Amino acid sequence: MSALRNGESAESAESADTGVADADDADGRGSSGPLVELADVEFGYTATPVVEDISLRIDPGEYVAIVGPNGSGKSTLMKLILGLLRPDEGSARLFGEPSHAFDDGARIGYVAQHASASKEMPITVREVVRMGRFPHVGFGRLSAEDHRIVDEALATVGMSEFADRRVTKLSGGQRQRAFIARALAGEADLLVLDEPTVGVDAESVDAFYDLLEALNDEGITVLLIEHDLGAVTDHARRVVCLNREVYFDGPTDEFVESDALARAFGTAASFAGGSGGGRA
Amino acid sequence: MAIELFAALQAGPLDAVLAPVYWLLALWSDLLFAVGDATGLGFLDYRFMHRAILVGLCIGVMAPLIGTFLVHRQLALIGDALAHTAFAGVAVGLFLNGVFSLGVSPYLTAVVVAVIAALLIELISEATDAYNDVSMAIVLSTGFALGTVLISLNAGGLAVGINQYLFGNLSTVSAENAAILLVLFAVIVGTVALTRNQLLYVTFDETAAAVSGISVTWYNRVMVMLTALVVVGAMQIMGVILVAAMLVVPVAGAAQVSRSFSESLLVSVVLAELAVLLGIGASYYGEATAGGVIVLVAVGIYVVAVAIGKVQARAGEDAAAELGSIDSREA
Repeated sequence: MSALRNGESAESAESADTGVADADDADGRGSSGPLVELADVEFGYTATPVVEDISLRIDPGEYVAIVGPNGSGKSTLMKLILGLLRPDEGSARLFGEPSHAFDDGARIGYVAQHASASKEMPITVREVVRMGRFPHVGFGRLSAEDHRIVDEALATVGMSEFADRRVTKLSGGQRQRAFIARALAGEADLLVLDEPTVGVDAESVDAFYDLLEALNDEGITVLLIEHDLGAVTDHARRVVCLNREVYFDGPTDEFVESDALARAFGTAASFAGGSGGGRA
Repeated sequence: MAIELFAALQAGPLDAVLAPVYWLLALWSDLLFAVGDATGLGFLDYRFMHRAILVGLCIGVMAPLIGTFLVHRQLALIGDALAHTAFAGVAVGLFLNGVFSLGVSPYLTAVVVAVIAALLIELISEATDAYNDVSMAIVLSTGFALGTVLISLNAGGLAVGINQYLFGNLSTVSAENAAILLVLFAVIVGTVALTRNQLLYVTFDETAAAVSGISVTWYNRVMVMLTALVVVGAMQIMGVILVAAMLVVPVAGAAQVSRSFSESLLVSVVLAELAVLLGIGASYYGEATAGGVIVLVAVGIYVVAVAIGKVQARAGEDAAAELGSIDSREA
């Protein structure tokens, strides 16, 4: 893994970037530039806003979790961050560029909910991980170097022995690790995960979060959209609590002690709900 | 004046463009005469059979090639919708020929109309944010209705020839139509070869593909236009009504026994070629409609593939999905 990331650490992630990223450093991706920057964002599919007054900044090396009850606008916020939606009001920037215009897909790794990728398509783990190299090769063929990076990514997530397995024959946890490997193969700076542990068994969930933590230690910025509060408070370093607007944004310890949870979720919520670790 | 210009356009440049293709066709014909002499297969004595076999072989490659991308996005119906609009295109061609005494190949007008319909379906789905059954069904019926109305409007002699478009016909594959198909084939295979990475990513995971910087909208448009071209190309033998089967059935069969995507592409082409060649042979000797026989053979192969898939699953043998198992079955 350390070879893959070429010695990046949380502090120096931005300066040690290789390849594509260096080419456009002039346009505001300065050494301390945020990866994600939302300013007073408002968005609604209809006249009623789904999210409003959202201001959010994510710096290189952070491990941020966005939590909120169902229908709180988490997934919408993620789409705004990724530029899949354009804000009605305010601005969304990704790596210093307007999100919707950002086209250097190699810098972002995206892992969707388990359910969204459960198609019956015949495809192997290796073929999925290779997709991570597609933004780098365009219309060309994968080089020997690309294949080496794919193998390394498979090894990093511990999926080498399953490389030639059909994706539909994997367990939920294995499948999500395959998608992480795809993001790693893309050499992404920012990993965005949308409720990645839905439908994954408890043991695999722990291993999955350990993997995320290890990747974060290597300097990859992690943005996690989660419904499972236990997982968030156990692993993330910073929590953004959302219910249409931001109720809390700060270190995880402070979030646990604050009343933001009760205000955002209603009084019934507690941290005990989803945690496998026995936090009470 | 305009008519003369049109006639000159469709006769002159087209023939010039197709000249090298005609040369290839002649070469292919010589080859099959030689094969026929060597093997004693009677149906290889006819030039129309040579063209039909060549067209069939091309269909066996391009239909599952495009079909693989459609089936795994639950878009199998789109081939059917485009085939019915291609029928409207054929009717437009026949109408123009009838009214203005032109010699336009109905397949050329079918290409134009089907591509326009494909873009229309895609634009509707972009505007409504989903491919929906209703808009597809509307396009399908509109195409077929337009076709029947245009044909009945100028019925003089036209009703006779309409069966060949509805059900396909081996013996009416003219040199010109075979040449048009070869050009379509080159465009389709070339485009897929160039954009295979992007098409695969969009097919497997549309959101992740969009995040990775691939223009999903653009590749969806490419995909439906390629589908339109395949449908028109395959229509000559398969007929409007059955053409969509070639996009779907071999792909569904391959998905049963394949582990990887590249393997499923290869297997679906092998299955389609088997269906086409067995179907053409059987229809010649049994004097039945080739399109129907080909589809029946393809469905038979699909059933066998499902059975093999079940056996594999029961054996817990997830490493066994090899091409060999299919080849040995057919031998």
